[in-house]
Amino acid sequence: MSSSNLVDRGDERLKQSVGVRGAIRAFLDRVRSGDLGPLPVIVGLVIICTVFESLNDVFLSSNNLVNVLYDSSTIGVISLGIVCILMVGEIDLSVGSVSGFASALLGVLWVNANWPVWLAVLAAIAAGAAIGFLYAQLFNRFGMPSFVSTLSGLLAVLGLQLYILGQSGSINLPYGSPMVSFGQSLFMPAILSYALVLIAGIGVFATGYRTARRRQAARLSSRSTASIAAVAIVLTVALEASVFYLNLDRGVPWMLGFFLALVLMLHYALTRTRWGRSVTAVGGNREAARRAGINVRGIYTSAFVLCSVFAAIGGVLSSARLASASQQAGTGDVNLDAIAAAVIGGTSLFGGRGSAYSALLGIIVIQAISSGLTLLDLSSSLRYMITGGVLAVAVIVDSLARRSRVSHGRA
Amino acid sequence: MDDPTLLARRGELVLSLRGISKHFGAVSALTDIELDVHAGEVVALVGDNGAGKSTLVKILAGVHQPSSGTMRFGGKEVTLADPGAALSLGIATVFQDLALCENLDVVANIFLGRELGPLGLDEVSMEIKAWTLLRELSARIPSVREVVASLSGGQRQTVAIARSLLLEPRLIMLDEPTAALGVAQTAEVLNLIERVRDRGLGVVMISHNMEDVRAVADRIVVLRLGRNNGVFTPDASNHELVSAITGAAENAVSRRSDRRRAMMPPPAAGEEARP
Ligand SMILES: Nc1ncnc2c1ncn2[C@@H]1O[C@H](COP(=O)(O)OP(=O)(O)O)[C@@H](O)[C@H]1O
Ligand SMILES: [Mg+2]
Repeated sequence: MSSSNLVDRGDERLKQSVGVRGAIRAFLDRVRSGDLGPLPVIVGLVIICTVFESLNDVFLSSNNLVNVLYDSSTIGVISLGIVCILMVGEIDLSVGSVSGFASALLGVLWVNANWPVWLAVLAAIAAGAAIGFLYAQLFNRFGMPSFVSTLSGLLAVLGLQLYILGQSGSINLPYGSPMVSFGQSLFMPAILSYALVLIAGIGVFATGYRTARRRQAARLSSRSTASIAAVAIVLTVALEASVFYLNLDRGVPWMLGFFLALVLMLHYALTRTRWGRSVTAVGGNREAARRAGINVRGIYTSAFVLCSVFAAIGGVLSSARLASASQQAGTGDVNLDAIAAAVIGGTSLFGGRGSAYSALLGIIVIQAISSGLTLLDLSSSLRYMITGGVLAVAVIVDSLARRSRVSHGRA
Repeated sequence: MDDPTLLARRGELVLSLRGISKHFGAVSALTDIELDVHAGEVVALVGDNGAGKSTLVKILAGVHQPSSGTMRFGGKEVTLADPGAALSLGIATVFQDLALCENLDVVANIFLGRELGPLGLDEVSMEIKAWTLLRELSARIPSVREVVASLSGGQRQTVAIARSLLLEPRLIMLDEPTAALGVAQTAEVLNLIERVRDRGLGVVMISHNMEDVRAVADRIVVLRLGRNNGVFTPDASNHELVSAITGAAENAVSRRSDRRRAMMPPPAAGEEARP
């Protein structure tokens, strides 16, 4: 079909971006106008890996990568919540405290009060949801800026965590329980990991192909089958190679699988559902969203609740990873790491722009830095300074990209 | 004013406002407004800047709540608690400030809040429908997958109008819809207004362009300083309309045209600037 027949290619001003060369040119145009997507973080990751690998060749060993990815999964889940809240243009500074409180609640209910583990986990998540709901009420009813409400929440929830842990201050979770093995030693069988990657690759091709077919039938421009297949094959081969490399050591942690499943679910919700569209709209122009009939308060509520729920899930995962619920859980750099990961991964602090993948990419960057410095036996003082520097760079990239979008009329 | 030929053409009463007032703190933006709109009728709302036209439109769109007064829509008394309520009654609005989300593309903006397939967006059908609506308006938009931020003022206005047509409304309100449009597009929007009127919709149009108003309006409702200041038919003289809008028989507009008539050839630039 000649392209001039297509419904969406009628305007002669439109650059015809056909074939591989067209796709590359369109990509470069997008980048130049400030629509960077995940490009900066991928470049950053390559630089980080090159530097650390040249300083210590344990860094890129399978064993170390398995550890990095295992550790990424807990804070990564918290960071998914940060993506939700940043998308509507708000912030939650208390995710660290909420995760610590959730892990304390898990320890108290499961170990001390002998609840079944699933019920204790549900209770911890419900507590997270309640905290998020409270923030949403403060925001919707009293117009309390989320910056302030979650800052006071940071202290109040930390207080709750210390209170329920009581004198002992730390509860050990039983070794050998499914929960703790999930956090420390549960890996996918190699064959299953290969199969899942293959299914993912086929899924990418099938959805791409189906969309292209539907667009063709509707006389809209569509990607060629060859290019869809090329992307799917490159993706599958790259992922299979990564999985193979991890399988040289212990393999793919189930916890990483769980995190990736959450990433995919949030990605779908943000890009393919009415809820996700509304979240993006509220983050972009709250008043326009309201005038379109969107329940703006409901959207804010969902974002706050989701953020705290992800924080609580992350807290449960970290206590499984550490096999303990302690006063230290969720303190220190958990808060900053979770927020920094989302921003480093490319979710905008200005609202209305972001992706679930940014939590995944951002947390890998942070954990890679942390691991690399630990391997070099450098103190945490340096680690904080470097992570702070990377965050600053990420925010500068975000601001510059935004300015560039404004000047290219794309903000 | 209620001449029989007009009465015969009008359909049933769609919208009827009585005693609508709106205060913003100490400012009375609207006082005791009355307005009727019938099916198949174009009502032009005219008035000077700050007369309260946009405020009235926002009340009808559920954006603001009136301080007092009653609103009947389709024969029933209604209160519009939020914009969603107005939309679900079938009142669509093109706001003066357009109210588009700049970070979303054209398709997403047109379907905002009414996406097809809430749990699995049907992007293909939405894109097709978006093109259909934009074609109807003879829109010059190269790609509906560009974010709205990259569009010109006129293109955005077209997107906002397309948006209002999506939900098959019973009443459509356009707040200065042609302000940013070129000649051809303005004509296209006026054609569109006539088309939706012929389909039996009620239309409320705000414009400062008397030529456009006369071209499509069945009645011209004048607001002045937040109050009703007369209802006219399109064949009312310019002088009548202008004095209703400005509130004086002798006003800047009439003085200007008198002066023009008196001084041929046209006056020097310095003299023009003085009142
Ligand atoms: N949100 C608001 N808060 C306070 N005053 C307002 C608000 N909106 C409009 N007004 C006032 O109401 C009056 C009418 O404004 P508007 O309806 O926008 O006029 P028009 O559209 O006829 O030019 C103006 O005096 C304006 O200052
Ligand atoms: Mg106005």
